[in-house]
Amino acid sequence: MLKRIWKITPLKQLRMSFGVQRVMLILGLAIVGFFIFVATFADLIAPYDFAQLQYEDGTYFGSQIPPSAEHIWGTTVGGFDVFSRVIFGTRTAIAVIFVAVSLSIVIGVLLGLASGYISGWLDRFLVLVADAVYAFPSLLLAIALSIVISGGRSGFWSGILAAGLSITVIFIPQYYRAMRAETLRIKQEAFVESAKVLGASNGRILFRHIFRNATRTLPIIFTLNASEAILTLAGLGFLGFGIDPTMGAEWGYDLNRSVADVSAGIWWTSIFPGSAIVLVVLGITLVGESLNDLADPRLRKRQVAVIE
Amino acid sequence: MAKTQKSASSLLRYLGVRFLLIFPTIWILVTMVFVVMRMVGDPITASQGGKLSAEQLQVLITAAGYDRPILVQYFEYLAAIASGDFGTTLTNNRPVVELLATYGVATLELATYSMIVAFLVGFPLGMIAARKRDTVTDAGLRLFAILAYATPVFFVGLLLKLVFAVAIPILPVAGRVGVRSEIELAKLEGATGFYLIDAIKLGNEAIVLDVLKHAVLPATALGLLTAGIFLRLVRTNMISTLNADYIDAARSRGVSETKLVTKNALRPALIPIITVVGMQIALLLGGAVLTETTFEWKGLGFQLTEYLSARDYVAVQGIVALLAVIVALTNFLVDIIVAFVDPRVKF
Repeated sequence: MLKRIWKITPLKQLRMSFGVQRVMLILGLAIVGFFIFVATFADLIAPYDFAQLQYEDGTYFGSQIPPSAEHIWGTTVGGFDVFSRVIFGTRTAIAVIFVAVSLSIVIGVLLGLASGYISGWLDRFLVLVADAVYAFPSLLLAIALSIVISGGRSGFWSGILAAGLSITVIFIPQYYRAMRAETLRIKQEAFVESAKVLGASNGRILFRHIFRNATRTLPIIFTLNASEAILTLAGLGFLGFGIDPTMGAEWGYDLNRSVADVSAGIWWTSIFPGSAIVLVVLGITLVGESLNDLADPRLRKRQVAVIE
Repeated sequence: MAKTQKSASSLLRYLGVRFLLIFPTIWILVTMVFVVMRMVGDPITASQGGKLSAEQLQVLITAAGYDRPILVQYFEYLAAIASGDFGTTLTNNRPVVELLATYGVATLELATYSMIVAFLVGFPLGMIAARKRDTVTDAGLRLFAILAYATPVFFVGLLLKLVFAVAIPILPVAGRVGVRSEIELAKLEGATGFYLIDAIKLGNEAIVLDVLKHAVLPATALGLLTAGIFLRLVRTNMISTLNADYIDAARSRGVSETKLVTKNALRPALIPIITVVGMQIALLLGGAVLTETTFEWKGLGFQLTEYLSARDYVAVQGIVALLAVIVALTNFLVDIIVAFVDPRVKF
């Protein structure tokens, strides 16, 4: 089991990599590590709470205060401390990634396995549905779902769940497709045939023989989806469908509130939460890209000689 | 002769199957929208609940027919969509299809500009990255591509605004055109709503310039997103074609490296790109919603967010269903184009 986990972690790929790819992978892992660190110790790092408006003595921070000693990244139009909200925003992002990706992996993988193994009309129908959902503008679907789940505006966990579930629906087809293709391929292999001859049950064949051999593409889709999840969450927040600011810190919502600030030349309310999004997505994407390159021998191959 | 006839008929069959597939696709999409939007209950309670008394709500619900069995409503909805009726907005009583006619052009205009930006940025940079593979230039360009993807369009928009509209005020902050020019444009007979075309028709250089100035920032914000995808795509496809034997053959004939990239390897690399361009339509529409909101660009996406904040879910359901249908139709068109361009597509 440990060996299997080792196999799908990027650490093994780290040893295989070289040159530019290695730099990309290390940089990506470092950013992701930093991000997880900040989320874990958010309480210790952030000077204020994400929903805090007043100092200990009861006086208000004030709104749109430029960066100063008390508020190193200034305050928002709503009078929150920008730095603290950016720090606590990491927790929201991680929670959403966790909900969205784990749900869609479980559902997508199971559907893909079943569909590829059983074939027939169910398979055809599921392919059609997956293609339709895949072509759907994902943000629009997420908007519709978040209206349903939370009525638009919500608390921390219902907001996380709304964003997470809406993203889940968009991701299921990707895992489904990848898993189905792998299942179809492996189903033809000789060892599956022999397992059948030996009288293995369908369940055993599916999980022991097919599933364990079909998971190689999952880490790549996982990283790509994790970054997509953050962008969708931010998009929802930007359109006002995020988490209520008193319930949780969410970067997209803060950016939404900063649109008017920008025209007035107030830069600190947008630059910091925006950069946080970019940094996290950049880190995850760098890891995903490197994994993708390393998995694709065409791209891994180093050019031996260039003939000029 | 017999052979070409055969392939022509199989091409027709392929297109026929693709065409027939549109219907179940659209059916699945509109059903999904219906199920999702109606899980919330009836749209009238959703938008007016808390504002009106229970009796007033009931009157409105009965009048709109939302108290009937859900299946009846579902079939009515399907029948309405089949006849091109996507519902009427609650807040201002406008047919959704009419919204498309009024605001769709604005979104189309934005999408066109951003595609131009995406091509101008993504293609040349992708070719350079492939040509200079595994060098610092390549790494830098790839980083740029990832950044273009990693930065949400609205954040790019805000940054561009901060730099080019506030710090160095050379471009307008928001809107499609200045107020004065808008009045002039409204006077035009047979206006298309595509402001650049209308401005050129008017023959007024100042207005053309005004329209273009307003377009630069939103088009760049939305275009960069797609540019990053193009860059990566051109690079990957170029690298695998550059490894092909015929490229080696051309190289040994003395064709220059630059010409190899811009001529010999470009065409085969284009086919997967056309497919992906088609798939960008969905992404572009999502991005357009965010870009339009950031820049107050009064298109379909901007309208959608307006209806969202007014909690007019009939309008939202209609617009989302309509956009889904547009995406399905566009994907069909892309399939046709690919079938004609790529000789390897199996019929």
